[in-house]
Amino acid sequence: MSNVQDYPSRLSDPTSRKMGTFSYLPEMTPEEIRKQVEWIVKNGWNPAIEHTEPEHASDYYWYMWKLPMFGETDVDAILAELEACHEANPGNHIRLIGYDNFTQSQGANMVVYRGDPV
Amino acid sequence: MNMQAKRYDAGVKEYRSTYWEPEYSVKDSDVLACFKVIPQPGVPREEAAAAVAAESSTGTWTTVWTDLLTDLDHYKGRAYRIEDVPGDDDAFYAFIAYPADLFEEGSVVNVFTSLVGNVFGFKAVRALRLEDVRFPLWFVKTCFGPPHGIQVERDKMDKYGRPLLGCTIKPKLGLSAKNYGRAVYECLRGGLDFTKDDENVNSQPFMRWRDRFLFCQEAIDKAVDETGEKKGHYMNVTAPTVEEMYRRAEFAKELGTPIIMSDYLTIGWAAHNSLSKWCRDNGLLLHVHRAMHAVIDRNPNHGINFRVLTKLLRLLGGDHLHSGTVVGKLEGDRAATLGWIDLMRDKYVKEDRSRGIFFDQDWGSMPGVFPVASGGIHVWHMPALVSIFGNDSVLQFGGGTLGHPWGNAAGAAANRVALEACVQARNEGRELEKEGKDILMKAAEHSPELKIAMETWKEIKFEFETVDKLDVQHR
Repeated sequence: MSNVQDYPSRLSDPTSRKMGTFSYLPEMTPEEIRKQVEWIVKNGWNPAIEHTEPEHASDYYWYMWKLPMFGETDVDAILAELEACHEANPGNHIRLIGYDNFTQSQGANMVVYRGDPV
Repeated sequence: MNMQAKRYDAGVKEYRSTYWEPEYSVKDSDVLACFKVIPQPGVPREEAAAAVAAESSTGTWTTVWTDLLTDLDHYKGRAYRIEDVPGDDDAFYAFIAYPADLFEEGSVVNVFTSLVGNVFGFKAVRALRLEDVRFPLWFVKTCFGPPHGIQVERDKMDKYGRPLLGCTIKPKLGLSAKNYGRAVYECLRGGLDFTKDDENVNSQPFMRWRDRFLFCQEAIDKAVDETGEKKGHYMNVTAPTVEEMYRRAEFAKELGTPIIMSDYLTIGWAAHNSLSKWCRDNGLLLHVHRAMHAVIDRNPNHGINFRVLTKLLRLLGGDHLHSGTVVGKLEGDRAATLGWIDLMRDKYVKEDRSRGIFFDQDWGSMPGVFPVASGGIHVWHMPALVSIFGNDSVLQFGGGTLGHPWGNAAGAAANRVALEACVQARNEGRELEKEGKDILMKAAEHSPELKIAMETWKEIKFEFETVDKLDVQHR
């Protein structure tokens, strides 16, 4: 059994809490975030930003940061809004969404800044 | 209308005199069918096609006087086109149009009782296969369809931008309910979205359904608390009677579980249609397994192609349906599988013979069904699976989760990391089937669970050709 590794997830350990797509990967670098923003723009989806206190991460509704950026295709402008939301809410999870209005769903949804685990 | 009244002329007429109409132009309201026919020696193609049209609609073997009490031209099915089957000199495709008034609204049961009723035992044909059916929009709109559909399921489960991940619990038979729930819990805490009862896990002496449901719900609840993500276990409500099926479904609902499952071919289509309606009324998702399908769809010359079974399930209702994996132990035909996963998900599917699709199919506003890839797949298949199936799919790794040397939770985590790495790479514009190895190797640098999984199952090749097997019967 010495070569079997224990799976470290615990109810008592807040870092065990996940938050959807890409939360099993390391936090994204700025360059990786940029590529995901480009993916949303390339698909013609409407970018949107949401955030929440980490203790409420499993709620369906997070706080909307302003309004979805309908028709925004400027990657730098989208990244600047993500940064602005992050600065205004430094301890919060910040997620980037790509609204697909043709499927009436979200084509993309990922936490790009992770708040403090609680 | 100044139609000449007909006189009764008893006896046997050739079918083609009534049921072969090559100049017929099909109506938008017609149900259209394409059969692959191998006639008995000496039977001309037109006569065999007309015989199929007659026997699957209004006709019988001889003229009857009561034919003249109705307007047969209004009700009869017509063979309107014949085509060669590429690569098969014995068989031909017969295209048949059935008028709308032949069918009961919203009844898949009625349509198939006609189309694949007596005609499949008919002596004039040696073999017969229903390859495709075009359901007109009026029929689609009168059917019930998926209880929730892909978008609603994503919203309820709060999962976007990636395929969903599942696992069938093994061994399929013989575990006690508490040990079974343990296996469920370990998978879910490791990062899977769903676990699944196997199709034949119903309510056997070693594990009665109620005990299983209770332990599995405890497993779900704890894994949800631990990970903060929404999760489910497909609680199989397949039962010997419809009343018993509902009893189990009601109990699952009382537990607050998000999804149940059934087997639409073995429980019967009417029972399945009712269960699907129940699921919409009660807010439970419905996973649909396809036990017995290969009995019907595997023989290339006789039976019903799976794309037809796919279409009828979307009409009957279901939120997930097993589709085959293309890769893995149950290697299916890539082009044909791509065809029927589109038929599960898309709003409008164009005729495309290279994928075995014979008709345009308009689904109107009917929601889509998640295709489920399950069987003999492991982390090395992940790049190909993400590439083939795209986001709107459920990828189910049974042995590929439970067989991990460190257990189910580690196996689940390995699959989740591999999945997310592939989705991230795809979004970045990388070619998954070419760069799959690099993508997984890089992801494994920060996931010991993935690293050991990759060592356990070894590498498989990702070149397109190795998984590509075109449909020989259409070549």
